[in-house]
Amino acid sequence: MAGIAVSTTINGDGVEYLCQPDETLLDVLRDRLGLTGAKEGCGTGDCGACSVIVDGRLVCSCLVLGAEAEGRKVETIEGMAHGEQLHPLQQKFLEHAALQCGICTPGFLIAAKDLLEKNPSPTEEEIRFGLAGNLCRCTGYDKIVRAVQDAATMMKGA
Amino acid sequence: MNFDPRFSGRKFASVGTRPVRPDGVDKVTGRARYGADFNMAGQLVGRVLRSPHAHAIIKKIDTSKAEKLSGVKAVITAKDLPDLTDGDAGMYDVLDNCMARTKALYDGHAVAAVAAVDARTARQALKLIEVDYEVLPHVTDVDEAMQHHAPLINEATFTEGLEEKPVKPSNVTKRSQFGHGDVHQGFGHADHIIERSFKTEQTHQGYIEPHACVASVNLDGTAELWVCTQGHFVYRQHCAQLLGLEASKLRVTSSEIGGGFGGKTHVWAEPVALALSRKAGRPVKLVMTRDEVFRASGPTSATSIDVKIGARKDGTITAAEATLRYTSGPYAGTWAEIGAMTAFACYKLDNVKTVGYEVLVNRPKTAAYRAPSAPMAAFAVESAIDELAKEIGIDPVEFRIKNAAQEGTRSSYGPVYGPIGIGPTLEAAKNHPHMKAPLKANQGRGMACGFWFNFGGQTCVDLNIGMDGSVSLAVGTVDVGGSRASLSLVAAEELGIDYSQLKAIVADTSSLGYNDMTDGSRGTFSSSMATISAARNAIKILRDRAAQMWDVPVDDVIWEKGHAIAKGEKYGNLSPLSLKEIAAQSGKTGGPIAGHSELVADGAGVSFATHICDIEVDPQTGATRVIRYTVVQDAGKAVHPTYVEGQYQGGAAQGIGWALNEEYIYGKDGRLQNPGFLDYRIPVCSDLPMIDTQILEIPNPNHPYGVRGVGETSIVPPLAAIANAVSNAAGVRMTHIPMSPPRILAAIEAERKG
Repeated sequence: MAGIAVSTTINGDGVEYLCQPDETLLDVLRDRLGLTGAKEGCGTGDCGACSVIVDGRLVCSCLVLGAEAEGRKVETIEGMAHGEQLHPLQQKFLEHAALQCGICTPGFLIAAKDLLEKNPSPTEEEIRFGLAGNLCRCTGYDKIVRAVQDAATMMKGA
Repeated sequence: MNFDPRFSGRKFASVGTRPVRPDGVDKVTGRARYGADFNMAGQLVGRVLRSPHAHAIIKKIDTSKAEKLSGVKAVITAKDLPDLTDGDAGMYDVLDNCMARTKALYDGHAVAAVAAVDARTARQALKLIEVDYEVLPHVTDVDEAMQHHAPLINEATFTEGLEEKPVKPSNVTKRSQFGHGDVHQGFGHADHIIERSFKTEQTHQGYIEPHACVASVNLDGTAELWVCTQGHFVYRQHCAQLLGLEASKLRVTSSEIGGGFGGKTHVWAEPVALALSRKAGRPVKLVMTRDEVFRASGPTSATSIDVKIGARKDGTITAAEATLRYTSGPYAGTWAEIGAMTAFACYKLDNVKTVGYEVLVNRPKTAAYRAPSAPMAAFAVESAIDELAKEIGIDPVEFRIKNAAQEGTRSSYGPVYGPIGIGPTLEAAKNHPHMKAPLKANQGRGMACGFWFNFGGQTCVDLNIGMDGSVSLAVGTVDVGGSRASLSLVAAEELGIDYSQLKAIVADTSSLGYNDMTDGSRGTFSSSMATISAARNAIKILRDRAAQMWDVPVDDVIWEKGHAIAKGEKYGNLSPLSLKEIAAQSGKTGGPIAGHSELVADGAGVSFATHICDIEVDPQTGATRVIRYTVVQDAGKAVHPTYVEGQYQGGAAQGIGWALNEEYIYGKDGRLQNPGFLDYRIPVCSDLPMIDTQILEIPNPNHPYGVRGVGETSIVPPLAAIANAVSNAAGVRMTHIPMSPPRILAAIEAERKG
């Protein structure tokens, strides 16, 4: 079956691919482009492990079609660090041990990045509701919330 | 091997610090590779066809149309997994669970599988497989399954553990009993007796990563398996046995694991993927969907528990008794037995009796879930304890302190305790500021205790010292929550070097000796013991090499703070040799330097916890909110305290979900109604408060550093602690978990109506 030709931007780089009409953006990222940082935890938009940012909007990439990325700007976990410099959220997740198994971590980092870009000084409640679309089964969220609070403080100081 | 595992009090330099984990950067940059993140050349996509019926005879499977579909490379049924279990009943059940042989035993039971060039073709192929079912009556409820008229799930089941073998088959596979003393006499001495019945619904571990593997069977009889598992050595054994492979020719690599909590201790898809690969002659990737994970992996038991406890007016418990019925899915299990062992383990009892019944139902085969079976038993017992304290008019914490087990107490399940933490966790809870914090209207406080055995087991570690003085540590227990960091700390401690000089990895099954799986909170306990032993073996070699370099007798060389030191005044002019300096010369002094260890880690110290929580109940809707939560638990020795806290918090959060919301809901048709995260709702960030932790350290006498397992106990008290809090807030005793809003509202309304 002929694929749909898509021209898009991922983490600042121009990318072109062919995909089937029923293929999700998550499938394209993982299976066609080798960007396996986004995870499929449910495939129904309930767990947030596949979170990416499309044109400044946080989305579950399992609910976006690969063809819909045409002409857009996609940000994934693979583009979060700049060279050897980790993003403050990545650094604080490590320092606070805000991950145990780590499968939800890329999604949480993307969601937290989106949150802090829109609200640089969130309250604990705003963080908890801002990240309520991402499931973590290991941590009980305590250390994740603290890591985001700490990163927010660090980013404001920068 | 003359390794001495006994505890020796020592001052720690590395153990107890909180460095960043060695696998951390990979996990925050998306580079860590989990089960579904690995690919092989020529790889096919595997998919499984599952029974839509809870109970049905499989009369015929016609795969011919699927086989003819372009792009399909293999279709398998149970015929492609012949029975090689040789009378091993447990492994036969595993085989039958991987692929139904004559009957489908639950909604979701695998009946056939395909491997195709892509996911779309594989999905199409599944639709072309024709299965002729004869639907049978089914049963999913634990109490109904025990009735005489219940549909029989396995007609060859005659209850074991009865004095006389029953004449009729039933769904009860086994009866077990524990205890001592005379409960009848004990209840005779009681001034107050509480007798209650409880139910808990089935829950799932809810790991975010679905089961995933890549299997590749070669033409020469060798095979490789990449898989997310808690125990790759055990997976190798089971897959090799089921596929007729030689274990050493099947190399299993454990990927990073995206949560397991006991749910990744059994094979389901892996033998199917290997069978598909063998038939297709190509590698096969098999990833479960979330729907499949709920319907066809291994959730916990649903239970029905009766508890009776009696006490004197002064608060001394005179007798305690429980009958525990646990579902095990359609295959025999020992879940009620474990529940019966743990039920009263927190208490010092002269007269105690517990009886467990293992019950078959048309639900997926039960698997372990974090301290399996203990949370439900604790829910029933700790609820009754709370009610009894209230009836006597004694503070519930004081009541528990008065009856708490101590060193020397004979436990309700048999063994006599060594030094234990139940008393200290209760005292810490009693003195915790949380206990004295004011409550608002419609809020209630609850507390409860919990116990878990902790496991040890077969363990193997390699510690290799590079010529640059860096150290690689290869362990065989899968790292489920940061154990590579804690094991690196232990190696750094023993060698006397800096944590940054080490890198720990989880080795595959062809690179290291056999290891039991990461279960029973054994990962850090067992592998740290083996790491200490391996490091001590390496130090012997380091001392010997230093002695060679100095040309002095090895007995004159000691190891201190990462250096060989020649002891004695005659060596006054010899500067200590660092590990790095000795390693640099290793090529000239006898070759590579390494320490190995193979042992059975015995003496896992039992673990106790006490939890406190505040819950607000909306009396109009039955909705609940967790206001505050505190965990107090004995760690023996917290190797990496941040990860110990993480275990405490994570277990508490899972327990909160179990207590308040999570449950498998089956329809009258025996089909699971909520196989997704939308309808099976685990706690999200906005559902929870911060979870405070207090780590107590009562050293385990059977570990050099005093370490106890810490992973599981934290899920044992929450069901009861929350039930006690909700009961206090709502003014009505809750006896059915989960305490979802409709159940709480119904209880409040029933109470109002009297």
